Amino acid sequence: MNDPLVVVILSTAVIAGTPLLFAALGEILAERSGVLNLGVEGMMLVGAVSGYIATLLTGNHWAGVLAALAAGGMMGMIHAFISVSLRGNQVVSGLALTIFGTGLSAFLGKSYIGQPVPDVFKPVTVPLFSQIPYLGKIFFEHDALVYLSYIFVIVIWVLVFKTRWGLNLRAVGENPAAADSMGIPVYLTRYISVVSGGMLAGLGGAYLSLAYAPTWLENMTAGRGWIAVALVIFAVWHPWKALVGSYIFGGVDALGFHIQAMGEKALFLKDVSPFFLQMLPYILTIIVLILVTSETKKRRVGTPAALGLPYDREER
Amino acid sequence: MTTTLVKMVSITKRFPGVTANSGINFELRPGEIHALLGENGAGKSTLMNILTGLYMPDEGEIYIRGARVKLTSPRDAIEAGIGMVHQHFRLVQTFSVAENVIMGSGDQGFFLNMQEVEDKLARFSGEYGINVMPGSKIWQLSVGEQQRVEIVKMLYRGTDIMILDEPTAVLTPQESRELFATLRRMADMGKGIIVISHKIQEVLENADRITVLRDGRYVDTFSGKDTDSRKLTMAMVDRDISYGQNISSKPKDDFILCLKGLTVLGDRGQKALKSLDLNLRKGEILGIAGVAGNGQKELAEVIAGLREEAAGEIEVRGERFTGRSARRMIDAGISLIPEDRLGTGLVGSLNILENSILKKYRSGDISTGWFISWKRVREYAHRLVEKFDVKTTGVEAPVRLLSGGNLQKLLLAREISNDPDVIVAVYPVRGLDVGAIEFVRNTLLRQRENGKGIILISEELEELFMLSDRVAVMHEGEIMGILDREEIDLERVGRMMAGEREEGSHERTAVR
Repeated sequence: MNDPLVVVILSTAVIAGTPLLFAALGEILAERSGVLNLGVEGMMLVGAVSGYIATLLTGNHWAGVLAALAAGGMMGMIHAFISVSLRGNQVVSGLALTIFGTGLSAFLGKSYIGQPVPDVFKPVTVPLFSQIPYLGKIFFEHDALVYLSYIFVIVIWVLVFKTRWGLNLRAVGENPAAADSMGIPVYLTRYISVVSGGMLAGLGGAYLSLAYAPTWLENMTAGRGWIAVALVIFAVWHPWKALVGSYIFGGVDALGFHIQAMGEKALFLKDVSPFFLQMLPYILTIIVLILVTSETKKRRVGTPAALGLPYDREER
Repeated sequence: MTTTLVKMVSITKRFPGVTANSGINFELRPGEIHALLGENGAGKSTLMNILTGLYMPDEGEIYIRGARVKLTSPRDAIEAGIGMVHQHFRLVQTFSVAENVIMGSGDQGFFLNMQEVEDKLARFSGEYGINVMPGSKIWQLSVGEQQRVEIVKMLYRGTDIMILDEPTAVLTPQESRELFATLRRMADMGKGIIVISHKIQEVLENADRITVLRDGRYVDTFSGKDTDSRKLTMAMVDRDISYGQNISSKPKDDFILCLKGLTVLGDRGQKALKSLDLNLRKGEILGIAGVAGNGQKELAEVIAGLREEAAGEIEVRGERFTGRSARRMIDAGISLIPEDRLGTGLVGSLNILENSILKKYRSGDISTGWFISWKRVREYAHRLVEKFDVKTTGVEAPVRLLSGGNLQKLLLAREISNDPDVIVAVYPVRGLDVGAIEFVRNTLLRQRENGKGIILISEELEELFMLSDRVAVMHEGEIMGILDREEIDLERVGRMMAGEREEGSHERTAVR
């Protein structure tokens, strides 16, 4: 097991990036339909705690995954109802859901804190692929959920850019009035996207409690939901770029961890306070947002034109 | 084939506070161009939005090809073969032409094959003689081309009941003629075409039948051959219109505002004004003609100090005023009647009192030191409301509750009572009813008599020709030519709007 340090770090980057990737993919779906979902953080937490409890009760981690999907989907449904049907303010609704999700997950998980997960997702080596030098180690010696995230990237990419449904979805996010007049069901499309977005956020949360940690701790997402929202902008609403972005953020996360673990070998970095190292992903988020927003503002690309705007057919 | 495509019987539609349609009848036959004529707010668009399934009528019946239907969504209407080109195009700017055409249709399988769609579309638009490039993105197209995309979109879906909402508002006279030729060709193929319009001349020249609406009610249906503009006007407005025609005084000789080689960047960083020269005299109305989006907005904004100059100079009363803030321009006596009354002009959720002093709050007769004297504001606002005949439920109501005409009156009241030297009016009558239009135009004429310089940006050529001392035509940020009142000619203006430059009719920049 004498892999180069880079390979080890990249391999952990994939694991650390996976919860971000699930959440970011979900947010891409929602935002492509024109609904901004700032409830990701709350949805991840509710997903994490539901997945955890369901696994404790049933002893099967797949039951946990289903519970997380359902819980995230429910949260998405609330957001869709408020922002699509009631045409409420999407920012307020999203923030409220994050606060609600934080409180709800803490309440539900209170009596279970610290209990070990009976059926943790364990790494499964993919035959053949894992033999690829370096890449095999980085991408194909993980647990089943990581592989599931690869599949989701491909599926969502095909769905959004190569299918009729994706064209309609993007039309709804760009110009709902145009979509409506062409017979595309605007509300239904938005509901589907926001609910599936919530399910993916829930899954991202479950990854933390069932594979990454794996346990339940109050507020264990530690702002990953927010990073996912920022990631979507960084990725200009594109699944492949979201994958790259997730691993960069995951890598920075992992890097701090590795530097601490290396002790004396980390040279001058060993003197850096661990608090600073833990800050890295968040600092990176801010830097990326500054760079990307100034760039997109210049070129006016990416942002779905109707993002954040409720649609009302009879509005005059 | 049945003799009617569409029959709408006593349609009524109410919105909170207004009855937009009240017992309206309408009928469309295959092969005809049927104009729906009426002033703004007469209920034309509402009626057509009902026919396209966007609005549900409160009362009334709709028959398509003889069968009674209930159109509950745009999808129902599309399936019934009804399609509409809205005034504001329903196109996704970032999509290609082909993507816009197929979106929402069940034409493609689950996976898209854009190449196939583009080929099909190219063949298809050839058949109808409508030129579109299937692969280009919408934002790259001119307004006229975008309109063609909208038409192709409908044809592609097999629409045979085609509605166009004010289709010529954004076109040059030549482009309009081309559009009607296309429409005639489609009518000859047996389609029924409805054109919503408030332009009498255009309707007379192109429509087979004309249905007139007024105040949400059905007036009459005329045959295009047997009617004239006088009958139509009477049906539309029910009274004769008079403007303060007899323009007696001549503009003074001295310039009040000079733009020299002015270059300004638009929102996307493109050059919206290209080295533009323009002089405005005291007591002159200088009309700016041109298809919307050719730099008019930027011209107004740069004069008002809302946009920076990239090059060139602005002079007010001979003094250099380049690169000044909006406040400095206001103090210099420049007043802007902006295009969007409730965005740039007035603050919707503030009341009349607050809106009336937005440009005046610093002056001594309104405020004392840091504080505003609301008593004086109240007196002031009441004077404005009375003098300009603003109909309102009270000066304390948020102004967004005012109708378009009353908003514009309030805006005019505020701007003119500041006693400016230059007034820049951008589409000042857009969306107003006849009475308000008359009021706005007469107000501008009166200000001209008082020796103010007025820049009037308008899309209504008739209005420009009627009010202006000179008309400058803009195309892609440049002045194509300037015509004096006596030389104004629709044909020439139309050519210049399309980008043809007229040498010799330019601003003779005075060497001073």
